[in-house]
Amino acid sequence: MNGIILSAIFGVLMMFSSILTSNKATIRSLAIVLCALLLAGNIAEQSGWVLFHVNTSGMLHFSSYGLLFNSIAYFVTLLYFLLSARDIESVGINAAEYFALLFFILAGVAIVSSYDNLLMLFLGIEIISIPLYILTGSDKRNLKSNEAALKYFLMGSFSTGIMLMGITLMYGAKGTFALSGLTETVNPGRNAWYISGLLLLLISMAFKVSAAPFHFWTPDVYDGAPTVFTAFMATMVKAAVFIGFIRLFDTAFPASGQNWKLVLSVITAATLFIGNVTAIFQQSVKRMLAYSSIAQAGFMLFALYSYNDLSKEGLILYSLGYSLATVGIFAVLIRMKDYTFEGFNGLARTQPVLAATTTIFLLSLAGIPLTLGFFSKYYMLAAAVKNGGNLWLVFFAILCAVISVYYYFRVIQAMYFKTGQAEMEPVNAGFRWTLVGMAALVILLGIFPNLVLQYLYF
Amino acid sequence: MPINLYIFLALALFSIGVIGVLTRRNAIIIFMCIELMLNSVNLLLVAFSKMHLADMLAKVPGAVNNGADAQLFVFFIMVVAAAEVTVGLAIIVMMYRNVHSVDVNFLNRLKN
Repeated sequence: MNGIILSAIFGVLMMFSSILTSNKATIRSLAIVLCALLLAGNIAEQSGWVLFHVNTSGMLHFSSYGLLFNSIAYFVTLLYFLLSARDIESVGINAAEYFALLFFILAGVAIVSSYDNLLMLFLGIEIISIPLYILTGSDKRNLKSNEAALKYFLMGSFSTGIMLMGITLMYGAKGTFALSGLTETVNPGRNAWYISGLLLLLISMAFKVSAAPFHFWTPDVYDGAPTVFTAFMATMVKAAVFIGFIRLFDTAFPASGQNWKLVLSVITAATLFIGNVTAIFQQSVKRMLAYSSIAQAGFMLFALYSYNDLSKEGLILYSLGYSLATVGIFAVLIRMKDYTFEGFNGLARTQPVLAATTTIFLLSLAGIPLTLGFFSKYYMLAAAVKNGGNLWLVFFAILCAVISVYYYFRVIQAMYFKTGQAEMEPVNAGFRWTLVGMAALVILLGIFPNLVLQYLYF
Repeated sequence: MPINLYIFLALALFSIGVIGVLTRRNAIIIFMCIELMLNSVNLLLVAFSKMHLADMLAKVPGAVNNGADAQLFVFFIMVVAAAEVTVGLAIIVMMYRNVHSVDVNFLNRLKN
């Protein structure tokens, strides 16, 4: 509860701060402080200090799982603010409003991670999506940004319509929106409504996480949006929808039998294949990262495919590892003058620290041992093996991980083994040290993943 | 009236909306089709609400509140749809200012 209420209040505070001051440094510091407070508030709730006692029974349920994810989301957002707050300001003239919208998205993230009712799922997803449409189009004079915003908006509200139809059909079958009510047996005459409703809901969630047959909007939107906001969209938002997805699977899908495994395995395999293979052919690092986010979503889909304890732990690790690495790479990418692979040529000579940290992040995304990315991928695959059956999917995923090494290493190769003058905007010492800290965290958690997972069982 | 008629009507409206989104090229018309989808959902929710109320009244005579949550949901959909219209029309206006067209075919020209 702390997370939802505090982030909504802080969003409003950020909006009013633009009336009181036009000093960008003040606004930036305020946003960082408020985000740290938000993280502190959520950690306090994890240890049992709830600031606001609101009766949310039947609407929201705050489990240790959802709260841990909130902490991760706020922590990565804090790092994101520390790294990229200056770039958020330089998108347009309304710096404070961008921070306000980001806080509102965090409120939506907290709702999606702890909903107990399909109404709250719908509201949470919309609270995430509507500010994102604005942020995508925030570069108002840029045609690509306009295109991305319109495309994202039309696709997003289309999938919302599908989701609502799904929820309604499920309601028609069960007579309740509560997640707990979905497990009850259906009147056999109405089972078809339930199955088709669940299928529509699955399709709309696949839209939101950009899983394979419904991924076509992702590269254009991620490419067109201002790069700072792409970093946020590709990490926190995607991971949050996955957490919402797995809450749905907790109850709704086991109740309707094993048929979902087939649908999900097809979606997973297609997502992995399309994401990885298309990423190879990209010339722009930003677009490559957009496809890589589709490929990583394929791995996260494993958590839904093999639903057990291991995969739930794995999803937490995955969201942390993936978000840390992607935020770090994007923070460097934003400062680059040229977004193509050639733009990175010789970065190791001019900016050795940035090149080294970017390398660690890329290794983590590729899943090389001793990084967090390795363990998160390991948990996902181990969960699928534990469930038994369909081992072909596991082998296919390993094959795709091998393919992904190629395009991640292209960046490393450009930085270290090619000559050139990588041009980038000046960076200060704080930026470097934050990146070094994040890289250290990626390696530390890659050796001791239990440092995070122990918080699941308080 | 049997519930099936309501379902057919709602699904027909929903399908018109989906087909419109997939085939039309004018951003405003696509937007109207999305609104049509949302409103068909509203209609279906209200119909289901009455259906569950009738079901429950047949079993428990005093349960007059059953199905109220679906009608509540309708209001939430209306509010969210209004918020979406605000943002969506602003985005369409922003695009119109830059390219003097609301044709989504224009968007494909920008692809790389």
